[in-house]
Amino acid sequence: MNSILQTQFLTKRFSKVLAVDRLSFSLEKGTITALLGGNGAGKTTTLSMLLGLLRPTSGIIRLFDKDFIRDRFSVLHRMNFSSPYVDLPQRLTVRENLMVYAKMYGVSRIQERIQEVSDSFRLDSMLDRRLRKLSSGQKTRVSLAKSMINKPEFLLLDEPTASLDPETTEWIRRLLLQYRKDRGATILFASHDMREVELLCDFALLMKKGKLIEKGTPHALLERYERNTLEEVFLQVNKDDS
Amino acid sequence: MVIHRFCLSRIFALFIRYYFLLRSSWPRIIEIAYWPTMQMVVWGFVSQHFAPSSPELTAGGLLVSVVLVWDTLFRSHISYTLSFLEEMWSRNLGNLFVSPLRPWELVMALASISFLRTLIGMIPAALLAVPFFGVSVFEMGFPLLAFFSNLIITGWAMSQFVTAILIRYGLGAESLTWVLPFLIAPFSCIYYPLSTLPEWMQEVSVLIPTTYVFEGMRSLLLEEVWRQDLLYAAVGLNLVYLTIGVGTFLFSFRLARQHGLLLQCGE
Repeated sequence: MNSILQTQFLTKRFSKVLAVDRLSFSLEKGTITALLGGNGAGKTTTLSMLLGLLRPTSGIIRLFDKDFIRDRFSVLHRMNFSSPYVDLPQRLTVRENLMVYAKMYGVSRIQERIQEVSDSFRLDSMLDRRLRKLSSGQKTRVSLAKSMINKPEFLLLDEPTASLDPETTEWIRRLLLQYRKDRGATILFASHDMREVELLCDFALLMKKGKLIEKGTPHALLERYERNTLEEVFLQVNKDDS
Repeated sequence: MVIHRFCLSRIFALFIRYYFLLRSSWPRIIEIAYWPTMQMVVWGFVSQHFAPSSPELTAGGLLVSVVLVWDTLFRSHISYTLSFLEEMWSRNLGNLFVSPLRPWELVMALASISFLRTLIGMIPAALLAVPFFGVSVFEMGFPLLAFFSNLIITGWAMSQFVTAILIRYGLGAESLTWVLPFLIAPFSCIYYPLSTLPEWMQEVSVLIPTTYVFEGMRSLLLEEVWRQDLLYAAVGLNLVYLTIGVGTFLFSFRLARQHGLLLQCGE
């Protein structure tokens, strides 16, 4: 397997606060990895740096064999992102939003692609509705559709199933697995839903106080901590030296 | 060539985002034209009232013309900055800047939609001034284009500083959008010649491009003299301020990336 992302000693300091401390890990092509940690563990800071929204204080990010910190624009069209904390324009319709982002990412055959993601995320009935008229679950689906509009090879998701009902959550999980299978895409997501991590992920990265404290398959983590669920592992890790 | 095509594609993508927003609300479109038209009507009557006693103030439709041209600057600045604020209000900056969009492409897109919105605002007011008050700014011909272009650019230059501050300090600095044009208004010699101002204000005024635009308009409409020297001064100063403004915006964007402000921008 070949890695598409490597970070080495990735560090972010905000004046006196060390938000991310010498983070080193790599992601193999076609894998799904969860970034876990409690509040303030450094997950959002890490995702922001991997998206180019935040400049690291020091360290290296190599993405698709490019120096992402110096030359992010050469790879940004190959990735995408969805987060419940970042909205799409509310006064635009779903179709208009998808069209704008399709153009932004240089997608060819835009109408065809909008129809594809619309089918995948069951958006047909709401394509011509304004985003502000949708429920939060529907908005999450639109945001996920936007994140796949350019068929990204690297997908970063922040709590991808937040505000979705259990049935939709399960269906989104299957959709992400299918997308990974079809496109060979690599997915990194932050989540607090440990069951989701167990069902979806090949690997998990556990962060605490800005440091990477564990990495491995969910199964390996369960064995190492002699626990039955990742939730128990998570609680154990956070209790250990809190 | 491919890179250039994609640059234009991204600028166009953002332009249509603002266009979609604009067309989504008829009241918004009407409002854009409403304020310049109201300004024109009020100042048109003021002009008629003063015409017999102060011909130097109203000759050649001067008062109505300067009001319209000044409003061009205001509309250009407001349209640019409001479009940027839309991104903050809708918490969309994060989505924009994880896409391949370069900051300067955002500047180009905002300038393009600002131009369209300024035209929507100013053309009806300028056309209505003809039947209402017999004042046609279009009769100025090329000089009108020069005055109009300069004020649009001054508006964009101001917007660079405001958006730079908005990126750095967030929506708490929103009111600067409305404040800044009025800060330069007294120095711009819109309704009076430069010589009216006290000396210290004149020293500031000569550093502002709008001063040369309005001095040029007075020269053209009252003395029928087209002063190219004033045009060059306005263009030169505009280029300086626009360059410094864009530089300030890009610097602010860089700081925002260092401090993690792009994800936090919003209500």
